[in-house]
Amino acid sequence: MNKIACVGDKDSVLGFMAIGFEVHTADTLPEAEKTVKSLAESAEYPVIFVTEEYYNGMQHLISSYSEKTVPAIISIPGKNGSQGTGLAAVKALTEKAIGADIALNS
Amino acid sequence: MATVMKVNPTRMELSKLKKRLKTARRGHKLLKDKRDEMVKQFLELVRKNRELRTEVEENLKQVQTFFSVAAATMSSQAVEEALICPKQEIVLETDTKNIMSVIVPKFNYTMTGKDSDIFSYGFVTTTAELDVAVGALAKIVSQLVELAETEKSVQLLASEIEKTRRRVNALEHVMIPNLEVTVKSIVMKLDENERGNITRLMKIKDMMLAETRHENIT
Repeated sequence: MNKIACVGDKDSVLGFMAIGFEVHTADTLPEAEKTVKSLAESAEYPVIFVTEEYYNGMQHLISSYSEKTVPAIISIPGKNGSQGTGLAAVKALTEKAIGADIALNS
Repeated sequence: MATVMKVNPTRMELSKLKKRLKTARRGHKLLKDKRDEMVKQFLELVRKNRELRTEVEENLKQVQTFFSVAAATMSSQAVEEALICPKQEIVLETDTKNIMSVIVPKFNYTMTGKDSDIFSYGFVTTTAELDVAVGALAKIVSQLVELAETEKSVQLLASEIEKTRRRVNALEHVMIPNLEVTVKSIVMKLDENERGNITRLMKIKDMMLAETRHENIT
């Protein structure tokens, strides 16, 4: 049975418990990294949400899963609000694929 | 710069190379078409991804504010206690979809438990602010799942496009020109041999004629 996992600091992710996500709290970056790794390896979590603060710190780990169909490791803004990580990632991917970040807002 | 490959200038090699050139041209055309179509799909997905991202971040920001308010009106233990045993459980089904032979995930989720009943706690120990926060969060679950799906598709498609683009470029700028020059050089070499052969025959014929004439005179 597959579930949605959520990794982040306690204040940011506690709320997700209420809607049935499996929440894993982590106080430090290495701890979060370990958690994400074990979640990704277990193959029971096709979607893993990670707060931006930790997401930025573990780019290396995340890129090792970027070629696989699952899991999808997705950044979400934490308690400090969005730092623009998600949109920056989209921009980087566009540049990688097309060679230029063309205006898509039209 | 195109370089001539190291092959023997024979007819066998020539016909082999010509076949390879034909295959390379065909492959180049196909890959180019694949790339163009993938880019088209990619742009659609990226646009969708961007919209979803902005929306989700906006909504999550709101939810976080609600939770901060809730946390301010209750003790953090009470909040944790209220949320720790959820009534809802999300079961995620993963399917795959094929976009131009890139396998992307497709997520379907089902919530166990009744739709209306998202509150996992009695209302005695909690404040109304927490209800608002949980309610707001429950509304964006579908958006979150969709975002995950789109973002993953974008990631996978981007790396595939990059690979295809490299292949197209390698064929267009290295493989095909090299084959072309090699074919040309072999053709020239063979022609040169042919011409050499003809001149030699003509020369021998002249010599033989001169000899017979000389014999007749004497």
